[in-house]
Amino acid sequence: MNQTTPTGGAWAKFVSLSRAAMLGFVREKTALFFGLLFPLMFLVLFGGIFKDVGGSKPDVLQIGNASILSQSADAREVLDITKSSDKADALEKVRKGDYDAAIEQRGDTLIVHYSAADAVKANTVQGIVQSVIGIENQKATGQEPKYSLSSEKVEDESISTIQYMTPGLLGWAISMSATFGAALTLVTWRQKKTLRRLRLAPVGATPIIASRVGITMGIALVQTALFIGVGLLPYFGLTLTDYWWMAFPLVLAGSLAFMSIGLVAGSWAKSQETASAIANLVILPMAFLSGSFFPLDNAPEWLQTVSTILPLTHLVTGMQDVMVRGERPSAIVLPLVILLGFTALMTFIASRVFRWDDV
Amino acid sequence: MTSTITVHKLHKSYGSVRAVDDVSFEVAEGEFFGILGPNGAGKTTTLELIEGLREPDKGTIHTLGLTPWPRNKALLPRIGVQLQATSFFERLTAREQLQTWGSLYGTSKGRADEMLELVGLADKAGTRTEDLSGGQAQRLSLACSLIHDPELVFLDEPTAALDPQARRNLWDLLRTINKQGRTVILTTHYMDEAELLCDRVAIMDHGKILANDAPATLVRNLDARVHISLPHGTLPENLELPGIENTTDDGLTVTLTTAEPAPVLTILAEHHALAGIGVKGATLEDVFLELTGREYRA
Ligand SMILES: Nc1ncnc2c1ncn2[C@@H]1O[C@H](COP(=O)(O)OP(=O)(O)OP(=O)(O)O)[C@@H](O)[C@H]1O
Ligand SMILES: [Mg+2]
Repeated sequence: MNQTTPTGGAWAKFVSLSRAAMLGFVREKTALFFGLLFPLMFLVLFGGIFKDVGGSKPDVLQIGNASILSQSADAREVLDITKSSDKADALEKVRKGDYDAAIEQRGDTLIVHYSAADAVKANTVQGIVQSVIGIENQKATGQEPKYSLSSEKVEDESISTIQYMTPGLLGWAISMSATFGAALTLVTWRQKKTLRRLRLAPVGATPIIASRVGITMGIALVQTALFIGVGLLPYFGLTLTDYWWMAFPLVLAGSLAFMSIGLVAGSWAKSQETASAIANLVILPMAFLSGSFFPLDNAPEWLQTVSTILPLTHLVTGMQDVMVRGERPSAIVLPLVILLGFTALMTFIASRVFRWDDV
Repeated sequence: MTSTITVHKLHKSYGSVRAVDDVSFEVAEGEFFGILGPNGAGKTTTLELIEGLREPDKGTIHTLGLTPWPRNKALLPRIGVQLQATSFFERLTAREQLQTWGSLYGTSKGRADEMLELVGLADKAGTRTEDLSGGQAQRLSLACSLIHDPELVFLDEPTAALDPQARRNLWDLLRTINKQGRTVILTTHYMDEAELLCDRVAIMDHGKILANDAPATLVRNLDARVHISLPHGTLPENLELPGIENTTDDGLTVTLTTAEPAPVLTILAEHHALAGIGVKGATLEDVFLELTGREYRA
């Protein structure tokens, strides 16, 4: 009576199911918001708030040939010095806040021009210049200085805020949308009997699962592009290191890992409320404990131990290694293995608790 | 006639609940077969066993000559199923819904619009399924189950929760589907629906099939009762009516139940008490009452 090809056309079925999944995703405004905009909002907020804390050196203008300043290696180390020949222009720039101070030398005296608008920065610059003069005075006496200035900012040792936040919040964003997406879809499909209806259609599990994996990975890639795109804006100033693109395999493996958590939650939970609650209960503490939001360097030993068993920790540190710490591609191998192993374990558990029906 | 479905001594229990208890029946090719019964009778379970969604505890099933369990891929393209719930993909329009389900059966894209036309939803093609009314969603769900032109169609309470007008429209559609040569199996709570649509009806209760025949035959075989109803207060006082088995009076209508209506009607006519009279023959409801000793409550 019909000319269908029940076994063939798996690809066409995959394409059609993927299209349905994609339309279902982009048409749901809440998922779009929580999956894409909400985490990005955090990036913009944190990136903005902690922008200046992140160890940028005070920007100063050196007016003319201020020899004390240009001779001092110490000064160059702790100040970002730009030369300017036009004093009026330099003062105007300081007044506008483009620079933190302008420094001029008259005879043996260094004059610091600053704006009262940013007293903290002005004080910092004055302090630095003061000590530079001290050191140079000491040198002028011809004696080996007993004490020297070495100004070290902690942030320079590690990485600045935006560098840290971009992979961290991205990992969190991926974990949220992959987990919630899988859990809620599974519960809804079971409740509405879509699962059973699919079982009655001549389609194998592969195109169905592949389409869900596809959409989840697609969302993760869009999140990655958005995060990197926003981070790279001059305002935030993200600097990617050589092998940043090695983050992509991690992003894909990470979305698989969190999808598998969602599958366990969705297999077990009977209602969408329960599924969301479980997903939240798992993801939120994990985000804190994995160092997605802030470094755990100062956390107690046991917390750091807990942290190492969390998949998000490996996703985030793996991404940080290649995106901002300049590690070589081999840095992703271990995180990748851990994430995929975790996926296998969770998928196995999901297959054990999976139910076609609520009752 | 060949047998499209053969069910023999079927059993299915959930824990201590015997959802399907020793059920046997056959459905012939092209037949419109109904399973009628109250909530929890075991209708859905019976259908799911025949479709291959559940494994029987005992008994044999042949659907289109094939064994449905375990999942039989040769059977799936030949059957169309409308489950008791409207199972759609989230946030797709009516047309997209049909295209997606159709693609799983390898049907052409144009088929979606044909189906929309058939179920009278052409003007709703671009509407999201969440925004359809209950009746429209039911019709779309029916269209999804017919998209691949199956030879055997299972409909689990397709008219539940529809208003009378929508039900009648759907009935027309179901008749059309059956007339096109498809075998249709339908479950329902509604006696009138089963009587109107089905060539044959199985009356089910507590997992057992109590009777299985053409509705007219079921009613005829019953020692048929006729209900005569009169407006309250029009029945003359102290009137002796022969053969009345039961009289009820709800304050508006007096209903007399009898096996022999003719003498009763003659006497009423003689007393000029025929104004507003109603005479109703036995229905499947009486059959159910007779079989179970209970009033039928859908
Ligand atoms: N998955 C299940 N697990 C446990 N019990 C079940 C399950 N499905 C059905 N039952 C029980 O089996 C019996 C028959 O259920 P079934 O759904 O077949 O009835 P039904 O005739 O379709 O009822 P309705 O008219 O309400 O749809 C009921 O007592 C029901 O509670
Ligand atoms: Mg049912």
